[in-house]
Amino acid sequence: MERMTVAKAMTKCLEAEGIKDIFGYPGAAICPFYDELYKSDINHILVRHEVNGGHAASGYARVTGKPAVCVATSGPGALNLITAIATAYMDSVPMVIITGQVNSDQIGRDVFQEADITGSAEPFVKHSYLLKRPEDTAEVFKRAFYIAGTGRRGPVLIDVPCDIQKAEIDFEYPETVDIRSYRPSSKGNGYQIKRAVTAMMNAEKPLIIAGGGLFTGNGAELMRTLAEKLDIPVISTLMGLGAMPTDSPLYYGMLGMHGCVSAKCAVNNCDTLILLGARLSDRTSAPIARKENLTVVHIDIDPAEIGKTVETSVPIVGDISVVLGQLLEQVETIESEKLPHHDAWKKQLDESRYDAPIKPVEKGFVNPKWFIRELNKYLPTRSIVVADVGENQFWTASNIELKNGRLLTSGGMGTMGYSLPAAMGAKQAEPNAEVIAVCGDGSFQMEMPELATCVQHNIAVKVIVMRNKYLGMVREYQTNHYGNRLYAVSLDGSPSYTKIADAYGIENMLVDSEESAIEGIKRLTASDKPFLLEVAVPELLETIL
Amino acid sequence: MKHTISVLVENHAGVLARVAGLFARRGFNIDSLAVGVTDDVNVSRITIVADGSDYTLEQIEKQLNKLIDVIKVKTLAPENMVSRELILIKVSCTAKQRSEIISICDLAHGKISDISANSITIEISDSAQNLNNFEELLRPYGIKEIVRTGTIAIQKGEQAVSVRN
Repeated sequence: MERMTVAKAMTKCLEAEGIKDIFGYPGAAICPFYDELYKSDINHILVRHEVNGGHAASGYARVTGKPAVCVATSGPGALNLITAIATAYMDSVPMVIITGQVNSDQIGRDVFQEADITGSAEPFVKHSYLLKRPEDTAEVFKRAFYIAGTGRRGPVLIDVPCDIQKAEIDFEYPETVDIRSYRPSSKGNGYQIKRAVTAMMNAEKPLIIAGGGLFTGNGAELMRTLAEKLDIPVISTLMGLGAMPTDSPLYYGMLGMHGCVSAKCAVNNCDTLILLGARLSDRTSAPIARKENLTVVHIDIDPAEIGKTVETSVPIVGDISVVLGQLLEQVETIESEKLPHHDAWKKQLDESRYDAPIKPVEKGFVNPKWFIRELNKYLPTRSIVVADVGENQFWTASNIELKNGRLLTSGGMGTMGYSLPAAMGAKQAEPNAEVIAVCGDGSFQMEMPELATCVQHNIAVKVIVMRNKYLGMVREYQTNHYGNRLYAVSLDGSPSYTKIADAYGIENMLVDSEESAIEGIKRLTASDKPFLLEVAVPELLETIL
Repeated sequence: MKHTISVLVENHAGVLARVAGLFARRGFNIDSLAVGVTDDVNVSRITIVADGSDYTLEQIEKQLNKLIDVIKVKTLAPENMVSRELILIKVSCTAKQRSEIISICDLAHGKISDISANSITIEISDSAQNLNNFEELLRPYGIKEIVRTGTIAIQKGEQAVSVRN
């Protein structure tokens, strides 16, 4: 036990949780904590807008697999975080969010910069705490990190009134935590495991759908082993991209509204579906929900996801890596000559593989599909690519090669302006990895101020702006569904992005031809500093190229 | 279909808001809701009567279980529970009508809780359906006000919805 202020105890809690970097934006109500951060070894990264602090923590957490931390002050500071919290919640990203609050005796009186943040964020958090009793500090932090980083991961908010931060307590960080109402299951039910193996062994046309849970649950490698052992083709959701290397012969692409032909063919023709850490949103579940006589094995850590969108034959609740381990253990007992081979099924799927030829574009522009394929040639295998939201997201997702690398994107919420801050977080978490944010000119203008953060804190994120002077995906929607009445989608009046980069002192290049693009990619990947590449993309391209 | 769900929760500030918020944002319909303490001071019980299909009920149970403050969720089988609501009903009543109303009240095992020159207030605890029937019997006299609690319910027999089991 040591006597200290709650503010100091908060830094001690973070240190005990192994937190080295936090992303934040100060204000009066969080100043006691900032004064202790100043004295601690924790590295604080000053973002230029609170929402980006949230996204940066999200990128950081997705790379490390552990809860990352962001911080803001009371009222507007906390409220600005909400979109980032909801974005993390939708994609099951572990985060601990610390907000300052007005003095506890002032709560509820509409004082300056007061907002009920625990109330406002409630629909988007896994749990939240309003720290009212100073002596609860250690327990609340311990629980927050435990809840955020176990079970189905998610954001946990801790709101700390300013006077509580200044109060003195006897501090000791608990070693263990037990919450009687929260005991996430880790092992899958043995009976269902056996049924799952039987279903996979008996299937003629089995198909694995790899979801984002394979990354949060650290199950990608085990999934690869299982797929290879049982010769099961794999497709991926947007969140699960890269769980199966994109060049694997068993891999048949991404499912979803903007997915590829072979993945759709696989879903339409399979007889047994194995869903691994995929919740199947409305964008992916529709063709599955329509199917009849389908055996569905659904493995997820969240029981509420099982049976939510797709009827399930074999439900397994558990930690994906533990469950995959259990499945593999069963499979190991099968004699190797009895293991299935699905040559006819794979042949059918191979015939459905289709790669549309890259269309030439007019002079002065670059085809984004060609560009991403070209970028692949220069990226180290462990690179992290963060795709923003819009056409750029699917140009990237559909064409990026992932062997051991990651693609991060805001899948569930579709939050524009995610890529640059999330890339900052990812780069901070893994400084040796090449980290690239790909965005459109719409999304870039939402996150542009973070270039300053990259410069100030030496975060060598590379930014690729696919500039087509349109909010392209909405433009395409208006073209297809609203009689081509283009309205409020033109980005006329936008600046030169290379000049913006110049203003921040960031190396940059504008590319508008294949030759210059190759040079640009080379310069971008060779640089060890932040770099911005503005790619001139034709104005009216489709999402699926 | 109506479902009666017994939910044990940590007795913290804000728990009811979390539960109510969950129902609102997921589009689950609440018919009635009652909250009270249990024999354990740290635990409250929320009894919810919700309307929805079996699919909805399954989602309600699973989503409730995801709330960290929820300790236990149990849907009570209609044939295996005793459910009660309390009603206070104020009826216009002249001196002449008194004995008539009192006999209706006796029939329904109600109790006269207040009486004035022109009104009478009856309290009854019974199942929601029986209370509805009683209300209809009194309607011809002129109902001035009705105050009703949400449904509370308990399983029949020795089984209990408790944190101890």
